[in-house]
Amino acid sequence: MPINFGRTGRVLLINATERSVSAIETGGDAATFFIGGRGMAGNFLRPFAHLPFDSPQMPLIFMTGPLTGTGAPCSEMLSVMSKSPLTRTVFQFSAGGTFGSELKKSGWDGIILTGKSTSPCGIIIKDSSVTFEQSRFIPEMDVSQRLAFFSTGSAAVTGPAAEHGVLFSSMIFSGDTQQSRGGLGLVMETKNIRYIHVRGSGSVSVHDLEKLTAAGEDILRLVSASPVLTGDHGFSRYGTAALFDLVNSRGMLPCLNFRKTCYDGTDPLNACAYDRLYGTVSYGCTGCDIHCGRRLADGRPVPEYNAMVHLSALTGNTSVERTLLASALCAEKGMDPVSAASTIACYMEITGKSPDECDIVKLLADIALSRGEGELLKSGSLRYAAAASRPELSMSVKGLELPAFDPRGAYGTALSYAVSTRGGCYSDACAISHEILRKPVATDRFTFSGKPRMIRLAEDARSAADSLTVCGNILFAASLEEYARALYAVTGTETTGHDLMLAGERINYNERIMNYICGFTSADDDLPARFFSDPGTPGAGISIPPLDRNKFLEARSTYYRIRGLSADGLPLEKKSLELGLSWTDPD
Amino acid sequence: MDRPGLKYSARLVKSGLCEAGAPLFGIMEDGITWSGRIQEEHILEEVLNTLNFGSILFSPTAEPFRSITELLAGKAQPSGSIVPDDTETRTFLHEIPVISAFTPGEIITALKRRKGAIIPGRGIITAGPVTPEQAFVTFSSICFSCYVKFFSDYYYYTRGVKKLPDSAEKIAPQALKAYRSALKNISDFPSAKGPFTSDEAVYAAIVEAGRLTVSSGMVDSFFGNVSALFNDCIYITQTAASLDELEGCIDCCPLDNSSTCAITSSSEYSAHRALYNLTHRRTVLHGHPRFSVIMSLLCDRHECANRGRCHTACTAKRFINDIPVVPGEIGTGPLGLVRTMPAAMMGRGVIVHGHGLFTAGACDFTDAFTSLVDIERMCFEEYCRLVQF
Repeated sequence: MPINFGRTGRVLLINATERSVSAIETGGDAATFFIGGRGMAGNFLRPFAHLPFDSPQMPLIFMTGPLTGTGAPCSEMLSVMSKSPLTRTVFQFSAGGTFGSELKKSGWDGIILTGKSTSPCGIIIKDSSVTFEQSRFIPEMDVSQRLAFFSTGSAAVTGPAAEHGVLFSSMIFSGDTQQSRGGLGLVMETKNIRYIHVRGSGSVSVHDLEKLTAAGEDILRLVSASPVLTGDHGFSRYGTAALFDLVNSRGMLPCLNFRKTCYDGTDPLNACAYDRLYGTVSYGCTGCDIHCGRRLADGRPVPEYNAMVHLSALTGNTSVERTLLASALCAEKGMDPVSAASTIACYMEITGKSPDECDIVKLLADIALSRGEGELLKSGSLRYAAAASRPELSMSVKGLELPAFDPRGAYGTALSYAVSTRGGCYSDACAISHEILRKPVATDRFTFSGKPRMIRLAEDARSAADSLTVCGNILFAASLEEYARALYAVTGTETTGHDLMLAGERINYNERIMNYICGFTSADDDLPARFFSDPGTPGAGISIPPLDRNKFLEARSTYYRIRGLSADGLPLEKKSLELGLSWTDPD
Repeated sequence: MDRPGLKYSARLVKSGLCEAGAPLFGIMEDGITWSGRIQEEHILEEVLNTLNFGSILFSPTAEPFRSITELLAGKAQPSGSIVPDDTETRTFLHEIPVISAFTPGEIITALKRRKGAIIPGRGIITAGPVTPEQAFVTFSSICFSCYVKFFSDYYYYTRGVKKLPDSAEKIAPQALKAYRSALKNISDFPSAKGPFTSDEAVYAAIVEAGRLTVSSGMVDSFFGNVSALFNDCIYITQTAASLDELEGCIDCCPLDNSSTCAITSSSEYSAHRALYNLTHRRTVLHGHPRFSVIMSLLCDRHECANRGRCHTACTAKRFINDIPVVPGEIGTGPLGLVRTMPAAMMGRGVIVHGHGLFTAGACDFTDAFTSLVDIERMCFEEYCRLVQF
């Protein structure tokens, strides 16, 4: 029997309704076409894309990549994909920790979870053995207590927010540094699965260890040469919160629901403030060489950049301590702090309440436990604002609240928010890399010129990286050129960076087809009106004008052409077949 | 859309890497725009359409780069590659593919794997996936890496350790003669005098130092970094900034750790900071002068256990006259030059193996720049002595 280098060739299919399990054999074309991770998950999700997120048939997919468990640098991420309760798009996020490698060492490349259990239960996977058990969690138990049940292996759990139907409920993984976006925790909850625990005793076969070591050295050399990742002011030293000062100096730090774009308060809220007030140490996901997480000396995690900004400047909170409390609350209740804080900022603007009149920590608790005003806010800013007849005050795209980079200060970032398959997300194309961080080269942030192609290429690269299950942060330093060598070493199949880019294009297009099936059109590839009418906050000799709508629309049209979409942003049969994807016409 | 291509074409010509009119940029947005014309434009068009890059650069090189790349390409196996030992190659290029024919298939195969390639008899082709600047930088890096490799190999050739084609005997003297003339003609030195009294003065001095480093002709790769210590802040060039275009590309980094704005600063910020902590210097200048790099690569201890790993593992106390040569990779990793270079800065400067030269000044860039020129001249003459030129 041939060895599947880098892959087990088997995916675990779990039906929660019947409490049955089976195996799907994978490999061959699918493995080449979709790489693994995000790509393979999209391949499995596609036939079910038309279903609502809470349909028992809707799969919740956990996929490893060919580099998972091989020791390749920063390659231990896990792709999780389903339909988002918040955005109704297909939604994928990458989770850190050891769940992926434990799963692969159990003999599985991934899990496809379908069905709905009649009572809350957990799933225990130990190598080829899969068992269901009655949930060990008591209702409203905090996430840290839930994770404490699992001292070995790795677990994926939901939190109290999911039990209360919060549409941006996270799924939390042992050893991960962040709360996931998109509400896939609620998808797991609707299946009445509270946790999945996995422990593997096997190993992952690598074709050529020597070549993998050499490829790894090339990657790590670039990591060491990256100021963003390992410089004195980079992520390794200050966490992703290191971005705060730079983004603020560029007039791109969203404050008060994006009404201002520069924080000029007297109380420092930057990464250095946390360091000075409490002392911090770094930590990271297992297998990570960057360590972008920060903990206070007392063990509390420092929020990552987007959560830090939204839980402070965006909501008018100027207290570091309250930001920490708010962040910890989101973590313990299992909900995305970015969407939660943005929804509160929207609520404050609509109700006209000042920051002094809003206790952000109390509001977050109310959202997580669906009580008081939290009951209105737990569905996210778009639904809340629409119910208040002010949908334009939701700072979201496709219902996903925007992260902490104001689009008026970086036009590629603006375009990428609009066209991302999962909604208001910067990481799909990470245009801040060249627009703000000068990598791989600096680009003019105040122009759309050249950006459509840059966005498309970056989306393809990120789709491929997510499918290799490589951490997105590594793309600030290394590229698919280096990871292609690692993949070759692992699988023994010659692969180039260009091959991975092609697969990335296919993976992204497949997601566009799924969104098309769900009814998304160019009308959804748009930004909140505020960004086209109101200027940002001027400062340091720079004015931040509103985005030029015509130029934005022109850039979006160019992007559609370059992506192989129709003028309305819809996927085309010809392009779909050209990429080797099956075609489904929803009409 | 052709303006960026024209800008970088001009820089290639000005730096002596290409002859006027030779560089051809293809920029792809909705369609492809070419900065000029060549007969085989359709070949490059197929390459660009297939690879989907934002831009591509093809150009024959000027002398001596043309002869050097031809010689090295001839030594590589057909469809093989050149692997120079310098830091630029190791970190960013990894290897330089050599392709046997100017055909879409050959070019596409090479550019699918790596950022650029040599086409013997034709020139160098490089890709700019995001912007034309990437294609320009890779082109420049390939020229630099090949130059360094050639003269490194030529030294061992004169020692009877390495074989080179006979043409090397003709190429080396001509190139050395040209470079000697260029070094001799350096006459512009920094005019900004310290101690600096304002932010503006610091910015202006850094911009001037960067511009002079490039205009001196000592560096082919335009990258390096420059900093000054003023009012408890390190003013340092940003990462990926061209030394001859530093306006608006300088970060102010407070030493009290009150801001992380310098997240975009040079990858050598940590090394500059360590140097300021260890010494009383006020300015640091870092570039990649050719013969400082070449001399750092030469070592006759062929049986050394660390041979092949000199850039990180060399334990010898090496000097080129009074200038220490230390190992160290770019940045802050466990093998980073931050752990070797600052402590070695006892005199005029320090050379980091295969990488480049750091010099430091007492209060402005006059002495730092003078040291950069003097050390490069010294390294050049030392090389000439070794190869009996």
